[in-house]
Amino acid sequence: MDQEKHTHNGYYYSLTRNMLLVIILVAVTPMIVVSSIILYQFDISYHEKVHAHLQEVILKHKNDIDSFLKQKLGDIRLLAKTFTYEELRNESFLQDRLELLQQIYGPVFVDLGVINDRGLQVTYAGPFKLGKALYSNANWFKRAMESQYFKSDVFLGLRGLPHFIIAVKENVNGDSWILRATIDFVAFNNLVENIRIGETGFAFILNRKGEFQTKPLFDLIPAKVPYNDCFKDCNVCKEGVCIMEKDDEAGNRFIYVSALLKHGEWLLVYQQKASDAFSDLRGTIRVTIAIVLLAGISIVVIAFILSRKMVSRVAEADREKEMITEQVVETGKLASVGELAAGIAHEINNPVAIMVEEAGWIEDLLEEEEFKEGENLGEFKRALGQIRSQGRRCKEITHKLLSFARKTDSRTQDVQLNELIEELVALSSQRAKYSNVEIHSNLQENLPTLHVSQTELQQVLLNLMNNALDAMEKTGGKLNVSSELEGEFIVVEVADDGPGIPEANIARIFDPFFTTKPVGKGTGLGLSICYGIVKKMGGDIEVRSTIDAGTIFRVKIPIPSDQQTAV
Amino acid sequence: MMKPLVLLVDDEVPFVETMTKRLRKRDLNVNTAFSGKEALEVLSKNQNTDVVILDVKMPGMDGIETLGEIKKSYPLSEVVMLTGHGTIESAIEGMKRGAFDYLLKPCEIDQLMLKVEEATQKKRTHEEKIREAKVKEAMSMHG
Repeated sequence: MDQEKHTHNGYYYSLTRNMLLVIILVAVTPMIVVSSIILYQFDISYHEKVHAHLQEVILKHKNDIDSFLKQKLGDIRLLAKTFTYEELRNESFLQDRLELLQQIYGPVFVDLGVINDRGLQVTYAGPFKLGKALYSNANWFKRAMESQYFKSDVFLGLRGLPHFIIAVKENVNGDSWILRATIDFVAFNNLVENIRIGETGFAFILNRKGEFQTKPLFDLIPAKVPYNDCFKDCNVCKEGVCIMEKDDEAGNRFIYVSALLKHGEWLLVYQQKASDAFSDLRGTIRVTIAIVLLAGISIVVIAFILSRKMVSRVAEADREKEMITEQVVETGKLASVGELAAGIAHEINNPVAIMVEEAGWIEDLLEEEEFKEGENLGEFKRALGQIRSQGRRCKEITHKLLSFARKTDSRTQDVQLNELIEELVALSSQRAKYSNVEIHSNLQENLPTLHVSQTELQQVLLNLMNNALDAMEKTGGKLNVSSELEGEFIVVEVADDGPGIPEANIARIFDPFFTTKPVGKGTGLGLSICYGIVKKMGGDIEVRSTIDAGTIFRVKIPIPSDQQTAV
Repeated sequence: MMKPLVLLVDDEVPFVETMTKRLRKRDLNVNTAFSGKEALEVLSKNQNTDVVILDVKMPGMDGIETLGEIKKSYPLSEVVMLTGHGTIESAIEGMKRGAFDYLLKPCEIDQLMLKVEEATQKKRTHEEKIREAKVKEAMSMHG
């Protein structure tokens, strides 16, 4: 039994587990798939949006810077074209020009200088004492002499401050001369420094050698910037702006947006940590994951509760089914035993009748004159009497078997239970007197009318009372019969204070042919007939017994539904 | 009183034989039959049969059917049904169809004798009344 319970529990456990898994799988899978797809699409479009924005910003600044440089070059070229070498050699004139430029453009132009073809600065206007400086070995000078004009990289030069130079070459009488202007680094730097997005986004300019042309906002080692890739990429990128994402050595992802400046000599680079650029996206992902997680947890909890509930329902239904099956089996057992009994009873009845008749015939013959003086006449008569009484016993047994099997004598009618009980008590009182038993009845008044077969109910109660009297035959005692209303049932209790029923027999007392009475006294059918009748009425019969204290039979009979409202 | 003429009908041959002997010993005229059909044949030859003792449960034509035939053709003859306990409903059915009484099998011979006598008495009284009625009719016709 324990083993069976164990495997049952195992079955329900695995049922719960399977149900749980199925519910979770079915609920969670679509949720995860859908949110993943949406998130992925969102991620892509957000990347595109951010990239497009950065591209736009960098393109604009590239144009700004290019036009700044072009404009400054144009200014100097205009100056060189407009005035003659002779005029510009005049230091005060040059000073006037510088002041005019500064007046118009602010302190972008730091100084002006006129240099002859040997690299000697002939005239100088500006805050530094650079008059007569010799530039013949300077890189910018050499380059400027080779072409019409030249914009240098940023360098420290003679003055020890970062700056860059715009130089314009002019010819006078076959000799070349150069007008040189220094562009203020700070003013130029501002153009780039203003590009700030988020917490980590900033821009700077590199030359082909990877040297900074502007002062980067953060300490930055130029070697770490993949400028070579940027230079390469920018040649193929559309509109001259290209974007790439790269991990650095520490594993942080960076976005690099780059554009070529100054005819490909300089590179404008915008750098931002990917985590910063996509911080909104990160936030969205975090919120989504939190929601998915929360939903997942609630699904698990609900699935757990739901499957537990369903399995307990299933278990309950199984238990009910088991009980019903048990009842069906019990009823079926009784019915088949009944049919068998009826068949046997019929077959036995006829031969017994013949035997009894034959014995009767012999008895008749013994009355004749010739046997009157027979020595053994008395003995013959005793033997024949015995045959007849045993025949009667057979008849009783077969008749009981037949009534056990009978199905038709159960016409229902209105029965007043208390009247029935009183009749039965009166009927049994004679027998009770001999056994020294007192019968008490304790009946509740105004009980509703029952709708059952009177004979059957009579049979049940009489059987129980007779059993009680049998039990107290030798000792005497008290027999209490009571009726009581209990919800939808009337309960009749037949209680004796006889010797009680041993524990081992309690389970079997309703089985057909089970009896503890001596051979010939009981058929073992009484209680099983009672059981069958009460069950057929839709009622129940229970027994409680204590050794040496007595036995109580409780018969529950349902009240007809039309009577229930009246109660 | 004239000895009652009884017809005993049962499919159990030994039962019929023994019972016949016992009834004859008690001063009855007894005819026997072992089936419903045979009973009707015997009755057609002995129309003055007083009482038919009829077993309910028989193969072929059963007791109830036989009873119907008897009551149709010989309404004056009384019928006592013999039955096992299980067929008590059919005995009651038989009573409704005009049987005089029923007895549970196996039965005490004295009880059976009592029933036979009562049935005979009833039949004779019945016949007497018919005769009287006939006499009255004849008298009124002559008168």
